[in-house]
Amino acid sequence: MPNDAQNRRPIEMAGALGGYDGDGASGRQLQSPRSSSGSHRDERVAGVSRFIERHPAWALIALIAAVVLLWLIFAVWPPGLEEAIGRKKVFLNAVFNGITLGGLYFLVASGFTLIFGLMRNVNLAHGSLYLFGGYVGYAVSSWTGSWVLSFIAAFILVALVGIILQLVVFRRMEGEDLRQTMVTIGLSIVFADLMLWAFGGDFYQIQTPQWLIGPVELPLVTAVKSSGEAVYLRYPLVRLVILAASVVIGVVMWLALNRTRIGMMVRAGVDDRDILAATGVRIQIVFVIIFALGAGLAGIAGVVGGTFQSISPGEDIRFLLASLVVVIVGGMGSIPGAALGALIIGLAEQLGSVYIPTYAIVVTFLIMVLVLAIRPQGLLARR
Amino acid sequence: MSLIQEARLHAKPPATAAQRRAAIAWMEFDSPAPPLVAVLLLIMPLIANSFFLIEIFGTTLILGTIALSLMLLAGYGGMVSLMQLTVAGFAGYMVAVFGVSGSANISLGWPWWLAVPMALALATAFGTFGGALAVRTEGIYTIMITLAIGAAFYYFTNQNWAIFNGHTGINTIATPHFWGVDWRSDIAFYYVILATAALCYFAVLYISRAPFGLALQGVRDNPRRMAALGFNVNAHRVAAYAIASFIAALAGVLQVWNYRQISPGSIGVERCIDILIIAVVGGISRPVGPFVGAFIFVILRTFALDFLVKVGLDGNRFRLLIGIGFLVIVFWSSDGVIGLWERWRRRAVRTESRARGGSGHG
Repeated sequence: MPNDAQNRRPIEMAGALGGYDGDGASGRQLQSPRSSSGSHRDERVAGVSRFIERHPAWALIALIAAVVLLWLIFAVWPPGLEEAIGRKKVFLNAVFNGITLGGLYFLVASGFTLIFGLMRNVNLAHGSLYLFGGYVGYAVSSWTGSWVLSFIAAFILVALVGIILQLVVFRRMEGEDLRQTMVTIGLSIVFADLMLWAFGGDFYQIQTPQWLIGPVELPLVTAVKSSGEAVYLRYPLVRLVILAASVVIGVVMWLALNRTRIGMMVRAGVDDRDILAATGVRIQIVFVIIFALGAGLAGIAGVVGGTFQSISPGEDIRFLLASLVVVIVGGMGSIPGAALGALIIGLAEQLGSVYIPTYAIVVTFLIMVLVLAIRPQGLLARR
Repeated sequence: MSLIQEARLHAKPPATAAQRRAAIAWMEFDSPAPPLVAVLLLIMPLIANSFFLIEIFGTTLILGTIALSLMLLAGYGGMVSLMQLTVAGFAGYMVAVFGVSGSANISLGWPWWLAVPMALALATAFGTFGGALAVRTEGIYTIMITLAIGAAFYYFTNQNWAIFNGHTGINTIATPHFWGVDWRSDIAFYYVILATAALCYFAVLYISRAPFGLALQGVRDNPRRMAALGFNVNAHRVAAYAIASFIAALAGVLQVWNYRQISPGSIGVERCIDILIIAVVGGISRPVGPFVGAFIFVILRTFALDFLVKVGLDGNRFRLLIGIGFLVIVFWSSDGVIGLWERWRRRAVRTESRARGGSGHG
């Protein structure tokens, strides 16, 4: 075992240095991001093919599951299937709800996983940031009547809270993981009570803007009438917009992490923050930026959650748990992992609530236990 | 840092651990406080009325015992588990399900001397299984996974009507009655609680000095080294979870007898976190800590409302008070109230010995 550890150490270091190399401070190397990210993509492709090579059975199962899911979504269901598991419309609605819920979970969990990956700080007050964002969004949208403005306000205010937290609290106890976690628990209690004090125990729903109200017809056939006319799926526009927005945010984050200098610093910091600090990067500034970004994303998610669900005390814990499960399933500190985990959990929750209504939430935890048993580090974690 | 350096760095802890143990022994047996507290607890029924006896001291001892199981895991094993209350709640549910309760369609109606061992065994198995999942990961991951297990069980009880009777829970659970004594009458029940808590306390104290406990502390300080020495690291951790689950299950049985009902609300996520707060506020480095923390917590929970109203504030803000108190403790003392007290005491001893001109006892 010691031998194994000795072997692993130099490799990790080399990885961190390699990640940093592309981010050299000199101008000559500024052009390198492109090539380095290219090699990253190759790595990823290689990773996929290696996965298929190593676990052909799992790859086959995943492939079959994907094909079956696609067939279920696009094909017109034969009558036998409709008899067995109900109407296609119900299924499609559950799938779409699951994907949109996954988008919301991704918004919350990506900030959580980013903060964890870089600072090793399990921010158990993340749910409180989500709830605070929701309340801010509600206050702003009911005051100004502007939905878009509420996003901006929620992002800025919650990011400010994040910056204050990082500067005042977490910076003082760097490297003490457990103590930071305890502090975040204490903070979440204090925040929850302060918000209960300020907003009471009522349910709030943020008004959906006029131009987003109403369903939209999607080119997906749910059924064929006896006259041979196809019936298409109708789905609320606002949910599709939210889904598109979370996909855009995810892609932008991925690009920012993989194509910009600061993203490179973050990635290097995830690998080995001590070496990154030793090379002269002002890591405290990177920390503050990431904490602000992660908190701001939670704030945005709060507005989203307040629009297509509602906000009330207790939602903070619900979303904290959701992001915990998402991040455990997807892999700590990995943005693609958060996306995959959010999709899996969102789909499981919605499909579960349609087909096994009693145990919908338990299914998500079962998935978590299964992932822990098979791959404790999470599906897309690198270690 | 090379491995040798690392080993050298870690060569020190055994010495400091020994010192710490000496300090514990000195603190717990050479000072007049512990016997005084023990006598006070024994004659409590003479002093306190029934409200204080059960609502304050009984609840303190029960919550303290649950927190003690967390202390065993966190203090000696380095594993912060948030599912100890869940294990206790599981035991409580099992007592209700196997024993006699108002929900006749669910309870099997076994006598208590059959239902309780069954509940203890099942809860211990449940906790051990959860622990076996949790030890696959380390440090902060353990917190997250145990929290998720606790939440899963909460939601499960909330939605399962066949066994756990959904969100209404199980009410009017029968309590034991034998040898002509109603063991739920205040004084008898207080002594049952006290005996159980004392048993658990001394068991944990014993474990901390037994070979198993020492090996567990070795695993906490340097798992790699212990593995190299031939100890099965994960087996020690899972065994610690098993013992802690048994302790928590005992407290859970008492808890359900105390309230005579159990519902998902009593095993919610916030309650799970309360246990962590209790243990941390008290101090997780030795077994007294959880009881001290539980006492502070119960006093705050019971009287903060009146106190806040008296000061002219909103009485509903007592969770704010608890949260801020917790933050203050975490900020200033890594070892809770016990740590603060000990620090203060050591300083007092030092100044005293300096005044005498001696060098102290070291």
